[in-house]
Amino acid sequence: MSKILIGRYVAGDSIIYRMDPRGKLLATIIFILFVFLANNPVSYLIVTIFSIAAVAATKLKPKVFWDGVKPLIWLILFTSFLQLFFSVGGTVYWQWTIFALSSYGITNAIYIFIRFTVIILISTVMTVTTKPLEIADAIEWLLKPLKIIHVPVDKIALIMSIALRFVPTLFDETLKIMNAQRSRGADFNNGGLVTRAKAITPLLVPLFINSLETAIDLSTAMESRGYRGDQGRTKFRILKWSNVDLINLCYFILLLGLLLIFRTH
Amino acid sequence: MSIKFEDVSYIYSPDTPLEKKGLDNVSFELQEGSFNAIIGHTGSGKSTLMQHFNALIRPTSGKIEIAGTTITPETTNKNLKELRRHVSLVFQFPEAQLFENTVIDDIAFGPKNFGYDNEKAFASARFWLKKVGLPEEIGKRSPFELSGGQMRRVAIAGVMAYEPEILCLDEPAAGLDPEAREQMMALFSEYQKEGHTVILVTHNMDDVANYAENVLVMEHGKMIKQATPREIFKDRNWLQEHHLEEPKPSLFATKLQNYHFAKLPLTIADLVKDIETNLKG
Ligand SMILES: Nc1ncnc2c1ncn2[C@@H]1O[C@H](COP(=O)(O)OP(=O)(O)O)[C@@H](O)[C@H]1O
Ligand SMILES: [Mg+2]
Repeated sequence: MSKILIGRYVAGDSIIYRMDPRGKLLATIIFILFVFLANNPVSYLIVTIFSIAAVAATKLKPKVFWDGVKPLIWLILFTSFLQLFFSVGGTVYWQWTIFALSSYGITNAIYIFIRFTVIILISTVMTVTTKPLEIADAIEWLLKPLKIIHVPVDKIALIMSIALRFVPTLFDETLKIMNAQRSRGADFNNGGLVTRAKAITPLLVPLFINSLETAIDLSTAMESRGYRGDQGRTKFRILKWSNVDLINLCYFILLLGLLLIFRTH
Repeated sequence: MSIKFEDVSYIYSPDTPLEKKGLDNVSFELQEGSFNAIIGHTGSGKSTLMQHFNALIRPTSGKIEIAGTTITPETTNKNLKELRRHVSLVFQFPEAQLFENTVIDDIAFGPKNFGYDNEKAFASARFWLKKVGLPEEIGKRSPFELSGGQMRRVAIAGVMAYEPEILCLDEPAAGLDPEAREQMMALFSEYQKEGHTVILVTHNMDDVANYAENVLVMEHGKMIKQATPREIFKDRNWLQEHHLEEPKPSLFATKLQNYHFAKLPLTIADLVKDIETNLKG
């Protein structure tokens, strides 16, 4: 459940772990934008090599990345499939009613497949090497300019950090309550749709009550410690740019250069 | 029929960097109808062990025989109702499991799941509500209006109401006031004397000394000792080595100078008797 969006952080130790989350977030966004510059075999090869290098630099097992791609594999294949049979152009090899297999379709399908996969790989590199709260800090930093137009960036950031902080807690709690009700003979695995929907009440009610209690406790604790929102707050986790981040961003300038040289104009 | 664990290991999040051994090659046998205590530090694997008794989690390797069921790594959550009817677990802080509109409905939830008809389920619920020391009127109230201690009692009643042959309790008295704790312990002891097996996780060594006949000591996922309370509390150095406390009466006896004790008293009753003997003698 929580696996898809957040809480995918995997403990590890490599240079990517030591980078500033802001740098990583920027790099990820830049990369995703740059991928769309690729438009011929050489440029796609460049982005592929780039993302594989990033994956290798994490020093994590390939399985971690496969787990990132897996939930989306059908979407990727489906989109590639659409490209494969519905694009027209180039040499047409086969045609049947609205379906057509053309050289243009084949290249497009391959490009789409690569584009999707490298984007997922790079985002996975970011999410597995950066703790959720660090990502939240980075997003807060990125949104800062919006303060000028009175977007409550601090509040959004607080909501984000609290939500992130409690996802694992909620997950553990769910498992615990499920097991407690199983112990009392509740059955979450068998039966039809209606039976299953009914079976979920003993899970949802305690979960809801628990979350409300946690929320009330948390707000009481924050208030009693004098929390009062945005003005003049200092940071506990202080983010620091280092040379590693600079070098990392330089790589992406290099990527931009290569893509601009090798793409078809 | 005894309860048998054979080389049971359990690994949390296997094949990930968060991999963690919850249980490490645990083997033991418990007698039917006995009162067993499981002690050990926080994080030593007690709760992990408890969830194996009714197959809420299944061993990564090894085999468990309990109440006519064999649990192996291949066992799935399906078709375990029969096992869970016979072996039930009261979780740590079980008040989190309450969900019904009224207390009595909540206590009747288990019995109904295990095939009691309505009438019998509610009769049992009323009986156990009284057993855990709550007045009948509370039955009609919402469980969420009760105090923490009352909620705990309701949750315990909710598990005992279908009278499992094997009752597993994970720190059921943690956070209760001393009187409530005594009442609950007396209830479990009575339940065992009626012929059921009780397995209790506790940090309270007085409860161990007072009620248990058999003690399992857990450390870092391993079972490092299984013995009677007398045997366990005999060796002071061993206890200190493993950071385990002693029952208060034995500590008290040690502090009494010029008194002679044939063997260290573990319970208050023993202590009183020994002091009497000393005073007379
Ligand atoms: N859901 C879980 N995921 C990962 N590790 C866990 C989980 N539950 C417990 N553990 C770990 O397993 C070990 C044993 O935990 P537990 O059985 O809860 O100990 P105890 O009940 O004796 O305090 C601990 O080191 C704990 O961190
Ligand atoms: Mg525990």
